[in-house]
Amino acid sequence: MRLSRRQRARIFEAVARALLGTAAALVVGVAGFLLLYIAFRGIPGLSWEFLTDVPRNRGREGGIFPALVGTLYVVFGTGVLTVPLGILGGVYLSEYAPRSPSTRFIRLAVANMAGVPSIVYGLFGLAAFVLAAGIGRSVLAASLTLTCMTLPVVITATEEALRQIPADLRHAALALGASRLRTVWTVVLPAAAPGIVTGIVLGLARAAGETAPILFTGAVFQMRRLPDGPGSQFMALPYHIYTQVTSVPNWNRDLVWGTAFILVATVSAASALAAVWRSFKRRRTAW
Amino acid sequence: MVTGLRSAVMAVSAAAWSSAEEGARVVEETSPQGSGRFELRSVSVAYGPETVIEDVTMNIPPQAVTALIGPSGCGKSTLLRCLNRMNDELGNVRVSGTIALDGQDIMARGVDPVDLRMRVGQVFQRPNPFPMSIYDNVAYGPRTQGIRRRDELDAIVEDSLRRAALWDEVKGSLKKHAFDLSGGQQQRLCIARALATHPEVLLMDEPASALDPISTQQIEDTVAELKRSVTIVIVTHNMQQAARISDQTAFMLRERLDMPARLIEVGETRKVFTNPDDPRTEAYITGRFG
Repeated sequence: MRLSRRQRARIFEAVARALLGTAAALVVGVAGFLLLYIAFRGIPGLSWEFLTDVPRNRGREGGIFPALVGTLYVVFGTGVLTVPLGILGGVYLSEYAPRSPSTRFIRLAVANMAGVPSIVYGLFGLAAFVLAAGIGRSVLAASLTLTCMTLPVVITATEEALRQIPADLRHAALALGASRLRTVWTVVLPAAAPGIVTGIVLGLARAAGETAPILFTGAVFQMRRLPDGPGSQFMALPYHIYTQVTSVPNWNRDLVWGTAFILVATVSAASALAAVWRSFKRRRTAW
Repeated sequence: MVTGLRSAVMAVSAAAWSSAEEGARVVEETSPQGSGRFELRSVSVAYGPETVIEDVTMNIPPQAVTALIGPSGCGKSTLLRCLNRMNDELGNVRVSGTIALDGQDIMARGVDPVDLRMRVGQVFQRPNPFPMSIYDNVAYGPRTQGIRRRDELDAIVEDSLRRAALWDEVKGSLKKHAFDLSGGQQQRLCIARALATHPEVLLMDEPASALDPISTQQIEDTVAELKRSVTIVIVTHNMQQAARISDQTAFMLRERLDMPARLIEVGETRKVFTNPDDPRTEAYITGRFG
């Protein structure tokens, strides 16, 4: 049977639609299954005590409060260091850097930084911050290490977000007698804020979940008190999961899955919050 | 946190601005408000090695509308951008010859393009309001100049919106986001924004080309009203528009792609349209090409 051009086109269209739909469903399905499974396994271990108590019996009993707080400390430290540096770097690359070989080199370096395995950052952090700089294993050293890892994400996201802003908007500000700095600060950056915030949340979410970079730079197996400053060692959620599973015989399945659930829930909540804020802002962008 | 950081930096820069602003004030007081007359002598523009406009000599009379017409790619917009030195921002653009505003060479070493642009405003082809409220859009220029007092800003915003014939439509909703306005309203907002720094000259780069006929009419009415107080230079590809609203018309043409554009003819609009000196002008306005 010979098909007309139009019939063939229609069949191709249907096949393409089916393939794309399947691919999308697969991705959503895997992600959904993962989240549901973690919730299913994790929620039974949750209790008020779990969230507010220190670990007992090598983590088989008690809670994860120090790990939760430790992760928040380290992510906060990473954010404080990464956000300003990353935004400044992105602004430089997008708004100020000349089109030159050295700029291309910077961009290449940033892209490569994003591709370095996290365990390598861990080693680098140990060598550079813990030992060479003499900071010792601490919240600060771990934050600095995670900053190295997160920085390229934020720089790239900022640069990309700034590039999305139409040149016309910059010209409008310049034509009103605004300096380049004022143009960037009052017009371009606020307009690009949704994309930048997305990058920050993605970067910090990854930082919150990483084990390798904090392995040698400050995370400890167990602490009965909270870190008392940037110089203190700390517990962290991902490292807690790792040590429970690898070094505690008869580890408590419920509590470890509960820890995983808390980690995922915290990160998801941050992403969701950012998404809500973004959709509120996006309504305001016409380009 | 971002907003907190932002206001902190704003405070710091505000301090720096206020001293700059005092300097600007002094200049404003010692030199009487100029009339807004441009004199161009042998102006040429090159993008890198390529000369795109060659040897333009013309005067732009104050408190009148000068239209720049010509086919696409004939350098109208480029010439327009010479007048507020926006070409500086594009990089790799070289402007030679002299351009004087009220007798002062605007390309001289000591002239800060920032000061120049407060005297020579620009309205762009597509409406490009900032993503902020109507009020903040209009107040942007004055705030850049360091004006912070609320009553002073209120007065400037109202006056500018009135001059752009937008006040009656937005006076109850100044806090509304600029993107909630229609395209035509957005363009009049951009005109108000440009007027807020009290420029002597307003440059308009095809300001109605992205608008519907009614909005276009409103822009043209606004231009007719504004020329009593401001010198207007308008680039347009619409010859009827040039004929309707301008007092002087300049016709530019790039005769071959490997040649720079030149000014073919400049004169009183009625004369250029009814009895042009140059046959190429006549061919263009009668629609034989372009």
